[in-house]
Amino acid sequence: MRAFARLYAAIDETNATNEKVAALVAYFRSVPAADAAWAVHFLSGRRPKRLIASRKLAAWASAEAKLPEWLFEESYQAVGDLAETITLILPDTGSSSDVPLSEWVEQRLIPLRDEEEDVQREVMVRSWRELDRRERFVWNKLITGSFRVGASQRLVVRALAEVSGLDEGVVAHRLMGAWDPTADFFQRLIAPDTGDADVSRPYPFFLAYPLEQDPAALGDVGDWLAEWKWDGIRSQLIRRAGKTFLWSRGEELLAGRFPEVEELGTFLPDGTVIDGELLPWVDGKPLPFAQLQRRIGRKNLGRQILDEVPVVLVAYDLLEQGGEDIRMRPLRERRSFLSRLIEAVPSSGRLLLSPLVPVDTWAAVTRARRSAREMGAEGLLLKRLSSPYRVGRRRGDWWKWKVDPLSVEAVLIYAQGGSGRHAGLFTDYTFGIWDGDHLVPFAKAYSGLTDDEMRRVDQFIRRNTLERFGPVRTVKPELVFELHFEGIQPSTRHKSGIAVRFPRMARWRRDKKAEDADTIETVKSLIRSVPSITTDAADRISP
Amino acid sequence: MPLLSLTPRGLYCEPGDFYVDPWEPVERAVITHAHGDHASWGSRAYLTSEAGLGVLRARLDPLATIRSVRYGETLKLNGVTLSLHPAGHILGSSQVRMVYRGEVWVVSGDYKTDPDPTCTPFEPVRCHTFVTESTFGLPVYRWPSQLSVFDEINAWWRANASVGKTSMLYGYTLGKSQRLIAGLDPSIGPILTHGAVERMTLAYRQAGVSLPLTRYAGTAAQRVESTGAIVVAPPHASGSSWTRRFGAQSTGFASGWMLVRGARRRRALDRGFPLSDHVDWPSLLASIEATGASEVWVTHGFTGPVVRWLTERGLDARAVQTRFEGERDDEVVEGLEPATSAQDDLSL
Repeated sequence: MRAFARLYAAIDETNATNEKVAALVAYFRSVPAADAAWAVHFLSGRRPKRLIASRKLAAWASAEAKLPEWLFEESYQAVGDLAETITLILPDTGSSSDVPLSEWVEQRLIPLRDEEEDVQREVMVRSWRELDRRERFVWNKLITGSFRVGASQRLVVRALAEVSGLDEGVVAHRLMGAWDPTADFFQRLIAPDTGDADVSRPYPFFLAYPLEQDPAALGDVGDWLAEWKWDGIRSQLIRRAGKTFLWSRGEELLAGRFPEVEELGTFLPDGTVIDGELLPWVDGKPLPFAQLQRRIGRKNLGRQILDEVPVVLVAYDLLEQGGEDIRMRPLRERRSFLSRLIEAVPSSGRLLLSPLVPVDTWAAVTRARRSAREMGAEGLLLKRLSSPYRVGRRRGDWWKWKVDPLSVEAVLIYAQGGSGRHAGLFTDYTFGIWDGDHLVPFAKAYSGLTDDEMRRVDQFIRRNTLERFGPVRTVKPELVFELHFEGIQPSTRHKSGIAVRFPRMARWRRDKKAEDADTIETVKSLIRSVPSITTDAADRISP
Repeated sequence: MPLLSLTPRGLYCEPGDFYVDPWEPVERAVITHAHGDHASWGSRAYLTSEAGLGVLRARLDPLATIRSVRYGETLKLNGVTLSLHPAGHILGSSQVRMVYRGEVWVVSGDYKTDPDPTCTPFEPVRCHTFVTESTFGLPVYRWPSQLSVFDEINAWWRANASVGKTSMLYGYTLGKSQRLIAGLDPSIGPILTHGAVERMTLAYRQAGVSLPLTRYAGTAAQRVESTGAIVVAPPHASGSSWTRRFGAQSTGFASGWMLVRGARRRRALDRGFPLSDHVDWPSLLASIEATGASEVWVTHGFTGPVVRWLTERGLDARAVQTRFEGERDDEVVEGLEPATSAQDDLSL
């Protein structure tokens, strides 16, 4: 545990990518393969689910620290993170553990799930006593299922590539799909030539980069294709060795969730991998995302929901054909293979080739983007026809060009403390717009300010609190912010009668006074002006 | 009637007709220490400790009327006996002891009980009513040994120096910076200072505090050889153009808040060093107990939890709201300082 805690601290203590990678490389080289496998598992975001309820952990830690639970709660409010609060509140025992990570995980953490409460408590308290602060923090993070570290999967891949001498793409591919964090797995991960026996393994997704420049700067429009950017579940449909696998971009196997799409697998030749988007689709158009959400959580799918929300796969790309990895061939070619494949599949409309947006000039592209909302799309994707299918989010070949967000100016009226890196600061805000002579709550937003602005707003809130309701403060209505959001809908669940999707602060309008903020009439007129893509997706308020 | 009462201008002693750390201009202000949330501009007359005279003058209008007394020396103000006692927070920081008709009151100001070579150590003062700060009044705040924090800082500096990086060490201009400088190991490399820090460091030296040699790092336009150096600068200089000329650098911030990871991460600095000039939770409770006070007023910080904790232990405790909710972040203190810009403003 000591080595892993030290690695965690090393990654946490620097902002320099190279130093993070160096720390990872040093770790992978120095620890047993079983530990390295678990480290890869955790660092690539495959954290365990919460094993023990927060409430119990808080109670046990308070008892161990001989403090009342209300004081634990106050401390938690200030720290904003359960694992860290427990770490800081417990007495330091002066001990530290060099028992390897794999033992901690396999012999303590995993068995905990099935233990009785008193055994769980005994194990937790014993562990806390054996670990120093740094180790205790990492341990608590694993127990609370909130293990995250400032190293993206990409850095882990880079480090593993350096350790193994393999190409980054090979490592990334080996990390896809399902695998068990064992010593054996780690050996195979860094081994020079393993035959990739796992038939279920998806390819790493290639993601488009947001376009922030004039598309004309991309060169000749004839070198590009344009597609709609849909708001569904990006997926890979795999057919290999007579079996079908449907993966989400979050690398979740969607077995049984979308039977109408999985059934298509039997029509695909062996050795086929299609990249596409799962969308609820009726009459040649997508339904709102919220409809898809009705399907996501469900394991038992009745006739009714399958009829109401039929899902299709809109295919973007073909990654494997006849068992051959064709990702390095140009998109132009892959797309024509894909088109031929789809024509040959009797899919009853459940497998569609992603429609191209006809564009001869950049001006036409710009016009098409403006009509994206009417199409039920979020914007456009621009892809270079000669592009290979790369790994991860890269600039250059694929760009996403979203429609401009909607915008409203609103007044800060309530504030609440943030958590995590915003702990102890008032960073969660509710904004109001004018309804006659009073401000009606309209949207909540947490993101969009710089750290410096956040501190300034925090200070303003502390000095201008009118009332406190538990953790919420009513603030003197004075600060005006420009809010951006993606969709706007009438809602019966919101006081203002309006719900917006993905609201965030675009800028702090210090030049405006509260009375300059928008009125409910102006905001409601936006609903009418925007052809809606989200009838009741309105309730899916971010984040 | 209590000896002190809270007014819109701050804590007021009516029988003595003076304020303690008022936040608006008044006739007579007794100042516990020179930080911005305790020493505000514009009062007619100030009283502070002799040790703190230099730094307070450096912070206020140069023409301000400031009288000073030695620690422990008593003064009579309209029948109130007043004396100042070391608080261990920064150079010249004081607790204010007031006696009136046999009642003893003490206002702590900010204080710490950990050792600090740059100021006189905290002295517990017995009293009936104790007005205490509570900046770090939660049990999660327990300082690691401050010696080990200095070892960490020096090790970080040494490691940076060995790869040719400059160490940018951020800390409050007044107090923290000088304590940092005192704890640095000058054998590692040169110690450079931001102008605002250098000015306060000079005030410390003039008051007789012995500190390692420092060199003013100059304005943004000036070149300075900084290879292997450590630069001590105020937090607001972080990320400014002033820092660019120091080349490859690693950044660190020294503050009690750095004990908590979230506070460290939102600054996007490489390292946070939990070095505080305030009492942590155990020292806060021990200090309150040592006063023997039966009545405790809690101010500046986590007043709610501290009041509840004390009340549950049978003390008569109450929260006193000041304009400042405690030194939540450096801006509260530094933001109120007149004219210290990140762009540098030193005229030596």
